[in-house]
Amino acid sequence: MYTVADLPARGDLNAPAQQITNAAGTPVAGAYYIQNAYKDAKTPNMVCVVLADYRSTDTMGELIVVFAGAIGCFFVLRRKRS
Amino acid sequence: MTGQTHSPIIEVAGRGLAPIIQLIGIYVFFHGHYGPGGGFQGGVLLAAGVLLLRMTVGAENSQAHVAAKRTLTNCAIGAVIFVGTGIVAILGGGYFLDYAHLPVQWLEPAYMRYYGILFVELGITLGVMTGLITIYDDILEVDYA
Repeated sequence: MYTVADLPARGDLNAPAQQITNAAGTPVAGAYYIQNAYKDAKTPNMVCVVLADYRSTDTMGELIVVFAGAIGCFFVLRRKRS
Repeated sequence: MTGQTHSPIIEVAGRGLAPIIQLIGIYVFFHGHYGPGGGFQGGVLLAAGVLLLRMTVGAENSQAHVAAKRTLTNCAIGAVIFVGTGIVAILGGGYFLDYAHLPVQWLEPAYMRYYGILFVELGITLGVMTGLITIYDDILEVDYA
């Protein structure tokens, strides 16, 4: 509980994990998402924008995994009424 | 074969609870744009409502709700909705899954991304819901004829 109270706020650009440029001077992706998620997609939930827009290929892979599980169960377990 | 429950209390409670669970599922799906929620969570809740009916009123009696022979087809349709949205974006002149290039003329690109996300989440919801139902039906060997 003591540690949770010291965590930075959600979307805080001054937090070490969400700084605009890291120690090597390269831009950090998380800061870009925080600054531009609403402007790009007009969606208030930036997690949704990252999940379904910026990183949508990853989400497509997750759906393909679910479908692969379903079709695997179909081929292994399903049988016609005898 | 999964039978019907013998307790009327469980059956009535399941029949009353399943629509509420599915209503919450639809709410969670549409709430994904504004807070916690989205396609996977909403799809799991929708599947939970159907599986509650499968377990309480029996597999045969809940076939009218969601037929076991159509679930795998609908799971494939969900995946095709997701991939098809990306391919339509390619046909509109953008990259794969770049919703700003969907061929909808009267929307500005930011709102096209909004509706592109909604459409993709619709595919996720359909795929996850019917995928979980078809796994349940296969494990319990529900007749699908």
